[in-house]
Amino acid sequence: MILRFLIRIFPLVLLAGLWEIAPRIGWVNPEVLPPASAVASAWYGLLMSGDLVTNGVSSLINVSAGLALGIVVGMAAGVLMAWYPAVDAAVSPLMKSLYPMPKSALIPVMILWFGLGAGSKIASIFMGCLLPVVLSSYNGARGVEQTLIWSALGLGASRRRVLWEVVVPGALPEIMAGIRNALAISFILLVSSEFLVGQRGLGYLISFLGDGGVYDAMFAGVLTVSAIGFFADRIYLYFMQRTLRWRE
Amino acid sequence: MSENSRKASEYGLMALRVFSIAAVLGAWQITAMAHVFSDFLLPSLSEVLLRLYHDLVSGDLIRGIELTLIRTFIGFMIAAAGGVVIGVAIARIPVARWFFDPLVSVGLPMPKVAFLPIFMLWFGVFDVSKVLMIAFSSIFPVIVESWAGTQNIDKYMSWSAMSLGVGKRRFLWEIALPAALPQVFTGLQVALPISLIVAIICEMQMGGQGLGGSIMTDMRFADSPGVFSGIVAIALVGMVLVKAMELVRRRLLIWHQETQAE
Repeated sequence: MILRFLIRIFPLVLLAGLWEIAPRIGWVNPEVLPPASAVASAWYGLLMSGDLVTNGVSSLINVSAGLALGIVVGMAAGVLMAWYPAVDAAVSPLMKSLYPMPKSALIPVMILWFGLGAGSKIASIFMGCLLPVVLSSYNGARGVEQTLIWSALGLGASRRRVLWEVVVPGALPEIMAGIRNALAISFILLVSSEFLVGQRGLGYLISFLGDGGVYDAMFAGVLTVSAIGFFADRIYLYFMQRTLRWRE
Repeated sequence: MSENSRKASEYGLMALRVFSIAAVLGAWQITAMAHVFSDFLLPSLSEVLLRLYHDLVSGDLIRGIELTLIRTFIGFMIAAAGGVVIGVAIARIPVARWFFDPLVSVGLPMPKVAFLPIFMLWFGVFDVSKVLMIAFSSIFPVIVESWAGTQNIDKYMSWSAMSLGVGKRRFLWEIALPAALPQVFTGLQVALPISLIVAIICEMQMGGQGLGGSIMTDMRFADSPGVFSGIVAIALVGMVLVKAMELVRRRLLIWHQETQAE
């Protein structure tokens, strides 16, 4: 078990080893690629100084706020669009024509509207997460088997109860897959909006360290953000599989 | 519901469908003209369109689109070529699988934009680093889909081919790759919008004009009609790219069941 895990991650260990050795023996310039151990000690320094924690907390607050707003509004809009033909006709042309828009384009407008602080970041993340959640909830809710809805109605359930107890659970697999996409987008928007403006957050910390030429710490920041994004996805995947266990 | 009233409500819905976008655009124009928000926060639609037209005539818009699209496409092409090769290799060569599997499962869910400062440090702030950043960000979905597509070839098809004496190379070119093509294309359809998103982020962060660069310049000069017209242009470019990919898919997979079912 453990041995198999070690064999599985060995390529990563190999790369880390190469990363440590190459700058030390002069294959690459250590200024440009600080060895792994230097990055690790810079990471420890950032952690101890508290920079990593304060900026990390600020980033996590922004990303959770934007994502949560996007999920709530997006699910509501998507399910209502699928449930009421009038809402569908009014909203879906707009949603479908905005969907292919590259989400990063909205960051400058959000900065104009909400300033340089957390507001513009949360708004950018919200806007980016909204459409994937809307469309997946819409498709999921429309894909619920009609016979289930008819049976529930025939057994005397009110339309509202059918909506909550048949349509929403039936759409859940697709909604949750949409949220996973939104999670990935939220980190992209978080990091890029923090790179662009502001005085807080991990993206800011990374670009501040990079501008100052403290490259080992900058690498530590980049790896921290990547690790947070990676684990967020893994935890969500675990949660998703647990929630959807009743399906099969 | 009688036949007539059902028809009436269908017409009503269709009208609502056409009307809704017009209503949003109209509401934008009226809100801006009534100065509900300051002109800086919400320039009127007519002003934004005028600006777009102005940029179109002066050639700035075309130049911006050209720069952004060239960067997007070169990065995307690298990701497409590299992704298919790596994906097929993972599915067919055990060593490649052993080596790339952990890298891909770590790389796929990671926010790749975080590496932007490292790419700037290594490759400068010009086109090389933008293109490589785009390729790096969009290669993972291509790898994963090509891998899955080549892995899940219909057993009977591959057995028949092998029992008819098809060699390894011919099997790859004539059975594995065509059979995987629909899924490979799905990967490309995921990757192209990512390429465009990242191209715009790179241009915003590093400059170098293009659509993202000019929107950022306009923002720094507090030129809000410029920012809004930039967004409209980017949205149109995104829409055209996504539609174009769908068309190419239908053309390229004309022999496949998915197209013929329509």
